[in-house]
Amino acid sequence: MPSITRQPFRTAVLVLVWGWLLFLVLAPNLLVVGASVMTRDPGTFISLPLNLDAYRQLFDPLYLEVFLHSLYMAAMTTLVCLLIGYPFAWALSKLGKQRQLLLIFLLIVPFWTNSLVRTYALKMLLATNGLINSSLMGLGWIDEPLQMLYTEGAVIIGLVYLLLPFMILPLYSVFDDLRQELLLASHDLGAGRFATFIHVIVPLTLPGVLAGVMLVLLPAMGLFFVPDILGGSRNLLVGNVIKNQFLDARNWPFGAAASIVLTITMAILMLAHRLSKQRIGEEGA
Amino acid sequence: MKKTLLSLSNLTKQFDGKTVLDSLSLDIYDGEFITLLGPSGCGKTTLLRLMAGFEHPDAGTITLSGEDLTGTPPEHRPLNTVFQHYALFPHMSVFDNVAYGLKMEKRPKEEIRERVEEALAMVQLQDYMRRKPHQLSGGQQQRVAIARAVVKRPRLLLLDEPLSALDYKLRRTMQVELKRLQRELGITFVFVTHDQEEALSMSDRVVVLKDGLVQQLGTPREVYERPANLFTARFVGETNFFPGEVESIHDGTITVDVFGLKRTLRRPDFPVREGQSLHVLLRPEDIRVLDPADEQGVAGKIVERNYKGSTLDSVIHLEYGTEVLASEFFDEDDPAFDYRLGEPVKVSWVDGWEWLLPEEADESVNEDALTDA
Repeated sequence: MPSITRQPFRTAVLVLVWGWLLFLVLAPNLLVVGASVMTRDPGTFISLPLNLDAYRQLFDPLYLEVFLHSLYMAAMTTLVCLLIGYPFAWALSKLGKQRQLLLIFLLIVPFWTNSLVRTYALKMLLATNGLINSSLMGLGWIDEPLQMLYTEGAVIIGLVYLLLPFMILPLYSVFDDLRQELLLASHDLGAGRFATFIHVIVPLTLPGVLAGVMLVLLPAMGLFFVPDILGGSRNLLVGNVIKNQFLDARNWPFGAAASIVLTITMAILMLAHRLSKQRIGEEGA
Repeated sequence: MKKTLLSLSNLTKQFDGKTVLDSLSLDIYDGEFITLLGPSGCGKTTLLRLMAGFEHPDAGTITLSGEDLTGTPPEHRPLNTVFQHYALFPHMSVFDNVAYGLKMEKRPKEEIRERVEEALAMVQLQDYMRRKPHQLSGGQQQRVAIARAVVKRPRLLLLDEPLSALDYKLRRTMQVELKRLQRELGITFVFVTHDQEEALSMSDRVVVLKDGLVQQLGTPREVYERPANLFTARFVGETNFFPGEVESIHDGTITVDVFGLKRTLRRPDFPVREGQSLHVLLRPEDIRVLDPADEQGVAGKIVERNYKGSTLDSVIHLEYGTEVLASEFFDEDDPAFDYRLGEPVKVSWVDGWEWLLPEEADESVNEDALTDA
């Protein structure tokens, strides 16, 4: 009897999931791939013939520089997130369960406010006559306001602020799974704290590090409103290029090609993550 | 005279104000197989963790061959641990797991390779060196854990319920294998278990623990046949308790009234006086089930019978209300012997096979403490 009632439900769920994936994930991505190999057209945005001009344009020194600078800022953001997130997640996993839940809750609270609003809030802090400058001047520690806004640093601060939770959560998950017995076994076999960290803790938390890097590095190249608000004209992200090509320059093929580069970067990172998990035997042999 | 290797004196440990070990002292001899036996929460694992250095005692000292180890961190103690859930490093191959301790000692590569191969050969895993732990069965993982711990040639090997995750047959095989390893290596084994059968079959000496206190320390035979108190008697093996009352005291013997039977028994070590109540302990295999027409014995009837292959185990409900467990071997004369439920019988035992214990102040059986971890 249950199989008769369950079967339609099963089918409905499968149709829903597959429908979702086909129409909202696969189809749009195929459209982007399609757009990237077509020709720019002022009237219809894209037209035939097919060509790889958009990809060639990516290697234009001007855009290559933007891409590399964006990668650099994203890498710095990721590094800062990792340096803050790793010890934070480690300490978090050592607290009592109640406190862990409270801190994770606090970590998630900022998501309730739109990230654009939070970025404007950051701008108020960093501005020339913002809270930080006026406090420091009020204390007499500086005579002239520091130029913080519209710098590379401001963009990185903004990105770290928005993306840090995405680094902490996967790291917390691997630290939470880290069995204390393994650390004891390492000490028991003669390893001190440092050797245990290098030989046991780092390799076993590597999947979390890579997951965190994936969740931070890619968005850090795409969150175009952060440089828009905090960065000025020189600190562009790949996301700004993509946005400009679609909305301002009306060069859809080029915007699509830039977007696909990001997708490929993501795929490579996901592959690395998978390999690192296989190494410790968490997924199939 | 045996040489003491590890000496624990007056060890006390509390967690959140709860005393887990209460001024416990114990000498472990060089080369022996000693088992810490007790129900969960008795302090046996804490005791092991103190020896390994994972915990530090609130009071008391640990010395190894006269050298104070109390404050020494685990990485500097010449002893190794086999963990309950193996604790193999999942990201390392079997070879690297076993080599880990030697690498930490910064041994030359060639020596490491030789010693790891030797250790793996000892546990018959030399063909699995390149595998990862998750590609091995539970029993194989267990053997890697043992190889990893003995490859450093520790003075003492601590084993924390190492067989509890294995199925029955594999557990029996590993018990034999562990005994063999211990004999061959000549290393002192400190073995923690809540399985009394395992404790009896493997150990040179058994330490029965309850509530952080040593209840009894002795050979498996002493612990089983001459339990020091009611707890040990109940925890180690099945026991029937008959209430007895001392009728008269003679040289070397006493006459005790058990369910109306007057039996003359060996005088126990503890002081006795006439009229005193005491416990007469009988193991199921000591019970003799007699014909109801027999003059000796206490009348009752069979309420349960279980065929166990080599024995027939039965439960007999006595007229006095007590239930008795009996375990009888099949013998050659009557291989088909059996009882039917409700069959009237009489119960007795051979003089001298009983064990007497005085009544204890607190006799409430803590059933929780008797169930396994």
